[in-house]
Amino acid sequence: MRMIHDLVSQGVQMLLVLSLAPLLTGFVRKIKAQLLRRQGPPLLQPYRDLVRLMRKDVVLAANASWLFRAIPYIIFAGTWVAASLVPTFGSGLMFSWSADLIAIIALLGSARFFLALAGMDVGTAFGGIGSSREVMIASLAEPAILITVFAVAMIAGSTQLSTIAEFMGSSAVGLRVSLGMALIALTIVAIAENGRIPVDNPATHLELTMVHEAMVLEYSGRHLALIDLSSQLKLLLYLSLIACIFMPWGAAAPEARIDALTIGAVAYIVKLAACGLALAVFETSIAKMRVFRIPEFLGAALMLALLATLLRFVSGSL
Amino acid sequence: MIALALVCVAVLLVLAPLGIGFAMHARGSTIVYGSSLAVSVSLCTIALVDLLDPTRPIFSTVLPVGLPWLGAHFRIDALSAFFLAVVNFGGAAASLFALGYGRHEAAPGRVLPFYPAYLAAMNIVVMADDAFTFLVAWEFMSLASWALVVSHHRDSENIRAGYVYLLMASFGTLALLLAFGVLAGSGGHYDFEAIRATPLTSLLSGTVLLLALLGAGSKAGLVPLHAWLPLAHPAAPSHVSGLMSGVMTKVAVYGFVRIVFDLLGPPEWWWSIAVLAIGGPSATLGVLYALMQRDIKRVLAYSTIENIGIIFVGLGLALAFKAEGMAWVAALAFTAALFHVLNHAAFKSLLFFGAGALLNATGERDMEKLGGLIHRMPQTAAAMLIGCVAISALPPFNGFVSEWLTFQAILLSPQLPSWGLKLIIPAVGGLLALAAALAAACFVKLYGISFLGRARTAAANEATEVDVFSRLTLFALAAFCLVAGILPGLFIDALAPVAKVMVGNSMPQQSGLEWLTIVPIAESRSSYNGLLVFAFVLLSGSIASLAIHRLASDRFRRAPAWDCGFPDANPAIQYTASSFSQPIRRVFGSTIFAAREIGEMPPPGSSVPARLVVDLHDPIWDALYAPIGKTIGFATEHINILQFLTIRRYLTLVFVALIALLVVLAL
Repeated sequence: MRMIHDLVSQGVQMLLVLSLAPLLTGFVRKIKAQLLRRQGPPLLQPYRDLVRLMRKDVVLAANASWLFRAIPYIIFAGTWVAASLVPTFGSGLMFSWSADLIAIIALLGSARFFLALAGMDVGTAFGGIGSSREVMIASLAEPAILITVFAVAMIAGSTQLSTIAEFMGSSAVGLRVSLGMALIALTIVAIAENGRIPVDNPATHLELTMVHEAMVLEYSGRHLALIDLSSQLKLLLYLSLIACIFMPWGAAAPEARIDALTIGAVAYIVKLAACGLALAVFETSIAKMRVFRIPEFLGAALMLALLATLLRFVSGSL
Repeated sequence: MIALALVCVAVLLVLAPLGIGFAMHARGSTIVYGSSLAVSVSLCTIALVDLLDPTRPIFSTVLPVGLPWLGAHFRIDALSAFFLAVVNFGGAAASLFALGYGRHEAAPGRVLPFYPAYLAAMNIVVMADDAFTFLVAWEFMSLASWALVVSHHRDSENIRAGYVYLLMASFGTLALLLAFGVLAGSGGHYDFEAIRATPLTSLLSGTVLLLALLGAGSKAGLVPLHAWLPLAHPAAPSHVSGLMSGVMTKVAVYGFVRIVFDLLGPPEWWWSIAVLAIGGPSATLGVLYALMQRDIKRVLAYSTIENIGIIFVGLGLALAFKAEGMAWVAALAFTAALFHVLNHAAFKSLLFFGAGALLNATGERDMEKLGGLIHRMPQTAAAMLIGCVAISALPPFNGFVSEWLTFQAILLSPQLPSWGLKLIIPAVGGLLALAAALAAACFVKLYGISFLGRARTAAANEATEVDVFSRLTLFALAAFCLVAGILPGLFIDALAPVAKVMVGNSMPQQSGLEWLTIVPIAESRSSYNGLLVFAFVLLSGSIASLAIHRLASDRFRRAPAWDCGFPDANPAIQYTASSFSQPIRRVFGSTIFAAREIGEMPPPGSSVPARLVVDLHDPIWDALYAPIGKTIGFATEHINILQFLTIRRYLTLVFVALIALLVVLAL
């Protein structure tokens, strides 16, 4: 019984993140359009785009290798698994112990590694520029998020996300300076990792500052659909991560009954909407940065995260 | 058991002089490498049997060679058995690879005699049980590898590499000699048993620690003693490069562990600070150097410095926890370090052999002259891809597991009472995280530039897949990287006896846990299951692929690259190794390497092409090695006048020296 309950809950989680991810992207786009006094595409437009792309033929560049064709599946699988290991509506996931927070981040790192390789496979200048900048951004964002994880894990006494979520929901956590710093650092990293303004512009094409779009320029059809879906999943993952660590209210406890799970699900949707709204407002109110300003932006996250960790070393209660 | 091991080593030693004769024979290299392979496999089996034997008897013996009153002591305990296994695992892989690769050697007479000698020397170092045998074998190992480094001696760069290597190796041996001198004390007890029995004062043991860091650290390639490593490792033939980077640096780690964890007695709190303060910066600087290179073997050599840094961070943490009496965490950090020793031996050998395969197929070590090799050498490319992912510490491969264990040890360190450690450990953790991210960047570059894209030269365009032995080795090592990544519990359990002997405790038994998860401390704290993560990724990838192909579309067609509408047929339009790392060079290099980009524009009307010159300075060479070199040059120039004195003056000098010595004696 327990096993079935857990399996179902894990399966529901996997399908939930997969089905919610395009909606979240559609929601952020809609809000951004509304803030600019535009009508904006309908909320369900990302789903339609995905279906349309899936049905189309793939046009492969003449010298694309087998790796180029395998990479969309690798990226999608890695991101999907990572996203389904982050607690959403409840913390009792069957397989949450199979990968802790460090492993989830490393899984995303694997996906990025392959995405950067994909950018270089066809041998175009655009792909190269995208990959080169992506690894530069990643080389700062990844340590920043790892050190943020250190800070949070030292406070919660665990790197298991479900344990961290439970700890953050309890009264033992209190108000801490280091958690505030960790939140800011995580937010900055989330913005950079998802290629949002001010680091990269997800709506741009044919611009010398683009990063993510430059790497996937040669993809089309189902491959492009998978890569788009992966980036939508990644956005959902980061927002869920922020929600589960810093807004643990309402999440269902392990082995919760159906009413608690419903409350958890509603709370999760509300949290996602709140984060999406904040993201849209932030993106609309700020301009894109020059590429070489990004290291300063991410450096701030790195320093904040390091400071948060240091505070934890210096004092147990800060 | 030990007699068998010594017989194997003796076979290698006999094989060395025979190699001179075999070199003239057409099948000579097959005989030498084939026998080396057989010996390495047997030695590896002996070591594994010893390590996994639950009764674990300690074998020791004394041979009547060496110093007459001392003899040559040999002993295989858990630590020796583990390193013996690592050395011979790497040795077997290199020999198998060389069965194919070695046939392309232009002058086999310069390689064949030294190769078995080199293997034998490394084996003797890890089995030695007295200072004399240890040092002789250590120096023998240095000299044999030096001979291999200069085997392609027509290249002036290799000669310089050999010169710098010889100097640094002598320096390292000198430091170890002094360390053992202090350890032996005035009584002159050179066998390790007696050294263990005589405790040292705090001051003396601190001196030994620093000398061991200098001696073993210079061999391992810790910053700032790394200067020789990126010169010497790439200069040797590729299978030897793999051995030097993958295995010999591990023998140096063995030397450090043997002296500091075993012979030196209980550690003091500041030792770990010294080790961490060198290990952390080594990790980050090593990979930053690697990012600036375009020679594929040099990238790999610098990346060795990074990995050695990670290993020493693990050892430093183990020392810190051991000093504070937290043996269970010390066991975690120590196991992480040793597991990384094994992992690095596997993937660094794989990568160096892959570089050797590229060198054979194209004749090029410069990445900017390669490209598109995934089409020409698909099997080599597949194995190299696994090596690149594994060394970038990404799941589900083995590099990730050992770094994950190190991070878990760091996360337990707020419990340490010392303030120095409280401040240095978060910084080291940050450096390690930075190194991991930069390593991924570095290997995206290595793989993307040399294997992906379009061929940049005719040599790359006409490359063919390498021989079957080389491919077999590459795939075997790649399979090892995957197995160690998804079933790490088996390896952690095998390391338990080593940790037990060296830090007094071992990690909890892993192999009985359900689903083969690894749980370093408690499940509520942290756990990782590489097998499940791998299975999940494989499953969801296949489901996605099947579903899309069945339900949506499975057609594709080929067309010219899109490239935003401006495709250019010239392969020179692609990103190069230097341009790929340009953003990172601008972010990190301007402060660390004083990197400058000088654009030289031709005057208007001139048809000379514009040039962009990148100016990089090695800060450590400039600050440390150049002044020392200059001082020595200055001193020798002035002492040189002594060579041209008259006989009377020489006699006066001798007389004065005699008086001075007598005065010293009288005092």
